[in-house]
Amino acid sequence: MTAGVPLHFNALSKRFGDVAAVKDLTFTVEPGRVTGFLGPNGAGKTTTMRMLLGLVTPTAGTATFDGIAYRDLPSPMTTVGAALEAASFHPGRSAFNHLAVYARAAAIPLEAARVALERVGLAEYGSRRVGGYSLGMRQRLGLAFALLGDPGVLVLDEPVNGLDPEGIKWTRGFLRHMADEGRTVMVSSHLLSEVAQSVDEVVVITHGELAHTGPLSSLDMTETREVLVDGPDRGSLQNALTEAGYLVSELRSGLLVSGAEASDVGHVAFAAGVELSALSQKRSGLEDSFLALVGEGGSL
Amino acid sequence: MKNLSSALASEVAKLVSVRLWWVLALIMVGYVAVVAGGLATVFAGIETGKIPGGEAHGLPPGFPLTTTVYSFATSIGYVFPVLLGALAATAEFRYQTLTPTFLADPRRGRVLVAKSLTLTGFGAAYGVIALVGSMAAGGLAIALFGLDPAFLSDEVLTLIWRSIIVMALWAAIGVGLGVLVPSQVAAIVIVLAFTQFVEPLLRTAAGFIDWLEPYGKFLPGSASDALVGSSVFTIMGGSTAQLEWWQGGLVLLGYAVLATVGGFFTSWRRDVT
Repeated sequence: MTAGVPLHFNALSKRFGDVAAVKDLTFTVEPGRVTGFLGPNGAGKTTTMRMLLGLVTPTAGTATFDGIAYRDLPSPMTTVGAALEAASFHPGRSAFNHLAVYARAAAIPLEAARVALERVGLAEYGSRRVGGYSLGMRQRLGLAFALLGDPGVLVLDEPVNGLDPEGIKWTRGFLRHMADEGRTVMVSSHLLSEVAQSVDEVVVITHGELAHTGPLSSLDMTETREVLVDGPDRGSLQNALTEAGYLVSELRSGLLVSGAEASDVGHVAFAAGVELSALSQKRSGLEDSFLALVGEGGSL
Repeated sequence: MKNLSSALASEVAKLVSVRLWWVLALIMVGYVAVVAGGLATVFAGIETGKIPGGEAHGLPPGFPLTTTVYSFATSIGYVFPVLLGALAATAEFRYQTLTPTFLADPRRGRVLVAKSLTLTGFGAAYGVIALVGSMAAGGLAIALFGLDPAFLSDEVLTLIWRSIIVMALWAAIGVGLGVLVPSQVAAIVIVLAFTQFVEPLLRTAAGFIDWLEPYGKFLPGSASDALVGSSVFTIMGGSTAQLEWWQGGLVLLGYAVLATVGGFFTSWRRDVT
């Protein structure tokens, strides 16, 4: 394995005709951490990653591996492993041959193709043509391609998209393990919930612009806490809470109390002698502030 | 050079790891063998008088039976290396394999050179395979009529090596066409329409229309026949003036280089999204 290096994005911009896909992005992705690259669909995540990998030429700015552009890396495949969308396969070629083709191009021993297949759990399907692969198997083969050169940097575009719960769990553990070995791991996703359990850092972009960057916990800026409460006599409960000064709105499943702690709401009900059938604290701070950052697009 | 050899190894692996090359080769050898064998039977039959030919006396003078029959390898077989080259190039766009290709080797010019050289090699192999078809079937038919198949005559040996060169060049032209027209369907349509319809029409027209005549010999098919030195098409119709054999080779090489360089700038170098 080669050492993980920091990824520097410096004033990176890309225009496709009249459309500004990426605007003046500046941030750094550090080794030894899993960095979630988040934003709604169409925010410019894939374009940014493709510029980093030399597949798309930036209109302005640079994206480098510790100062070196992808095409100038002495050995790109052993420095960086990338898995972009799950469709870059010739359907008539077997998985092993798919990897072998690119191992030859990068002058990596063919043994690496077998090892990579084993690592992603595809060893026994290696001789099967990729045309017959399921989406989950293609995702794994994409990951195997990224691992071919045992690189110090992993750049993965929506790696859990289309995976079953078991596959998502496996991928999360895998990313964690890679970062713990000192590798730089950059993972894009349009859903925070998909990666929230496995990322250390987040970079959020929306409409091609940087919206937020920092540790995952820094995303939880809003202090809007809500309590969902219900009882057999909903009217009395609502009166008691309103009198206690809470803002209450009625949902089908009960009453939503804004800016409250569950213990306080429980106390108000007890003091007013109102029976409760449900009482729960809603903690959606992360997701809420993510949606607030990315705006209406985040609901997609 | 080490990196070019890696790029070459990768391109060879791309071709041999899918079925296309041997399926096309199989169709080609069958097609060439049937046509060469069939027409050798007819020509040899007329020439020996075993098939009553009436006024006809087989082939016109200056067109020996052997080389004319063996040259079916290229005169009808050349479309196969073009297709192989065009399909190999357009597959990268169609299946979006340009992404892993350029990730493994970001030097795009080198990748394209390696692809072109690899297909040139496969084109040469197609030349050998097609000759096996035309010479086995045609030679057998000729021998059955008691004539000499003359496999080792100077004329036939010359035809053999020039045929191999011509098929190699056609495959390179296919790669150029494929990067110039990255849509696989469009590339196939162009190959078939041009080789089977447009070019024969132009060549015939050039034989009859004065102002077209000087350009007819620069058509790729004419240049190809000039290089091989023998083709049933030069007997059949508008036998316009031909280039020297080496000029024909240079014209074909020119088409290959022009198309490939053009495709490099129009499609190969663009953003891979």
